[in-house]
Amino acid sequence: MTARPGTAVWFAHHESRLAWRDWLAMLTAGRRERLWKAAIAVGAFVVVMHAVAYSLLGRFAAAPPDKAMLVAISASLLLSWLLMVSQAMEAMTRAFYSRSDLDLILASPVAAHKLFAVRIATVALAGAAMALPLALPVIDALILRGGIRWLGAYGVVLAMGAAAGALAVALTVALFRVIGPKRTRLIAQIVAAVIGAAFIIGLQVAAISSYGTLSRTDVLQSDAVLALTPDLGSIVWWPARAVLADAVALVGVLTIGLMLLAAAIALVAPRFGEYAVVATAAGGSTVGRARAPTGFLPTSPRRALRSKEWMLLRRDPWLVSQTLMQMLYLVPPAIMLWRSFSSGGGSSLLVPVLVMAAGQLSGGLAWLTISGEDAPDLVTTAPVSPRLVLRAKIEAVLGIIALVFCPLVAALAVAAPWHGLVAGCGIVVTAIAATAIQLWFRTQAKRSQFRRRQVSSRLATFAEAFSSIGWAATAAVAAVNLWLAVVPALIAVLLVAGAWFISPRERAAAR
Amino acid sequence: MISSPPFALEVRGLVKRFERPAVDGLDLAVRTGEFYALLGPNGAGKTTTLRMIAGLMRPDAGSIRIGGIDALADPVKAKRITAWISDEPMIYDKLTPREYLEFVAGLWAVEPALAQQQRADDLLRWLGLSANAGDRCESFSKGMRQKVALAGALVHEPRVIILDEPLTGLDAGSARQVKTVLRERTRAGGTVIMTTHILEVAERMADRIGVIAQGKLVAEGTLAELRLQAGERTDASASLEDTFLALVDAEAQAA
Repeated sequence: MTARPGTAVWFAHHESRLAWRDWLAMLTAGRRERLWKAAIAVGAFVVVMHAVAYSLLGRFAAAPPDKAMLVAISASLLLSWLLMVSQAMEAMTRAFYSRSDLDLILASPVAAHKLFAVRIATVALAGAAMALPLALPVIDALILRGGIRWLGAYGVVLAMGAAAGALAVALTVALFRVIGPKRTRLIAQIVAAVIGAAFIIGLQVAAISSYGTLSRTDVLQSDAVLALTPDLGSIVWWPARAVLADAVALVGVLTIGLMLLAAAIALVAPRFGEYAVVATAAGGSTVGRARAPTGFLPTSPRRALRSKEWMLLRRDPWLVSQTLMQMLYLVPPAIMLWRSFSSGGGSSLLVPVLVMAAGQLSGGLAWLTISGEDAPDLVTTAPVSPRLVLRAKIEAVLGIIALVFCPLVAALAVAAPWHGLVAGCGIVVTAIAATAIQLWFRTQAKRSQFRRRQVSSRLATFAEAFSSIGWAATAAVAAVNLWLAVVPALIAVLLVAGAWFISPRERAAAR
Repeated sequence: MISSPPFALEVRGLVKRFERPAVDGLDLAVRTGEFYALLGPNGAGKTTTLRMIAGLMRPDAGSIRIGGIDALADPVKAKRITAWISDEPMIYDKLTPREYLEFVAGLWAVEPALAQQQRADDLLRWLGLSANAGDRCESFSKGMRQKVALAGALVHEPRVIILDEPLTGLDAGSARQVKTVLRERTRAGGTVIMTTHILEVAERMADRIGVIAQGKLVAEGTLAELRLQAGERTDASASLEDTFLALVDAEAQAA
């Protein structure tokens, strides 16, 4: 059955088709021949996740719904919901600032608000759908072990998606009206990223401050927190109760979520086109004037390339926020370090955290400098050898890593010299490995595609992640026993060598 | 005047294949100080040819000499005297025009710094960009971006300028500024090789015109010479458009 053109159902079909193809493209990196492989990988992921969830969480399925359980479920829901809000804000900002089909829609004789209503609803539903791959195994495992009372969790996911979409719309529009279209794009994306990270980091900070560990569950299950929470009959527990198939709570949560979304759609959809037109006209950029003109400084091509990379990064707060977001996760271990000065212990925990963060940050920066070149023709036609260009770009990456991590390593070395030395060596090695992997898997792209870099080469993404984990593990073991670290170091070396072997650069050279 | 060999560009037997031959044994010779326009229908191989000359793509066969330098054997030396501009100006949004020119001057290692700066300021003034010299390029229109790219291409005073559809999307004023700057370059002894779909520009500006079809050069010369090569398909008063279409049509029928 085909819906009548111009109706909300027709638009929903159009939007869902686009979303489906976009998702498929993301899954297969735009290559249809990879579809079967992607489907098998997704299937395997789902099976493994079910097995993991069954073994880890199954024991909680039959537990009585006491306050401790409600706290644990509520905290998990809140964390998931904040991540949904973060995703929805990202999606909403993209919807506002992407010109794509805006001209076509607004120039057509259809009622544009219907499409925009569908688009807002799609953002909310997509948020819920994105949570499903992780929620599905957990809920299924709980149903298998604890019975159908856990079935209500699916309804809660839907309600959470709707509420997250509504809040994202409200926050984005509020930012738009308060700080204007030029700044909203950047601020909204930063807010989205911070929202996503804030809860988990906050819990870790609380855990360290109160219990001296990085464990979040210690805080949530503590007597102090349980004493502070309201009675079991409170409405605060509705989402958690809804998960446990309390019919009244489930209906209440679903009603609130869907009503919030309906209200957001009713308020924003009629003006969505107007906002989007203003947003695209503003270009989403902070138009800045550079420093007062000074004379050109004598420079070499290598120095010019390095300076360009640093300047571009410095002037793009969105990229900085994206690349440095991982640094937020260093806040808890930094507090740990501060505490360890007085207690004299715990600094060995910092070593792998620093190494892991350095690996991830290096990977992001290396992609930006090596693959994310906005003027590839200019650099290619310059009278500079490709080797020199790459060398300058690698120097730019390592320069930033040194700038960020030197103070942290120095502080660590003061507290524990051996740990400082291990962390320093680990950071250098992991940064070189991550940069090398990006070099071997480099593809030409615009810097604005930074968020999609993981899609362009999943091999590079996995290689980079496993390399960082391998070097972090090596550093963690080395901090305690140098000789034992040989084993994880060998594994890490094999991982990097494997990445080199399967990389397109290596295959091209072999031909 | 720049002292140079008689031919700024010599291309012999150039071949590039993708799924089918994009450039198929192309020969081309452009004299020093000449304004040469390369015309052809869509997919004829114009852009592929220019990208190979600019060093953006390596040919499967053939040779390229720029200013007497073997561009395939010594690409860095050839690039030192060459500039490339495409129809889609690729510049850095977060840099100002002045910073962009400083970066380009650094890449080409132009010395001394004071001369670069003077040259950059002159270019920005000629192209009407002085008022925006300190603004980041992210807010610029396509015409302004194209002018920034052109200024970048000229800041190192190249002897050979290669342009792929440089006037696409420019308003009349911007197009005139670009044309004036290019004409100035040829007067100063530089060589310009340009593809365009705007036949009027080729007719008015080019010293010689090359017509490329299916990866081969099918005709070359001044407008009068092209009319002669088109033979009975055109008359002596035929416009470049008529002549071009006749030549391309003849090649298509021959194929």
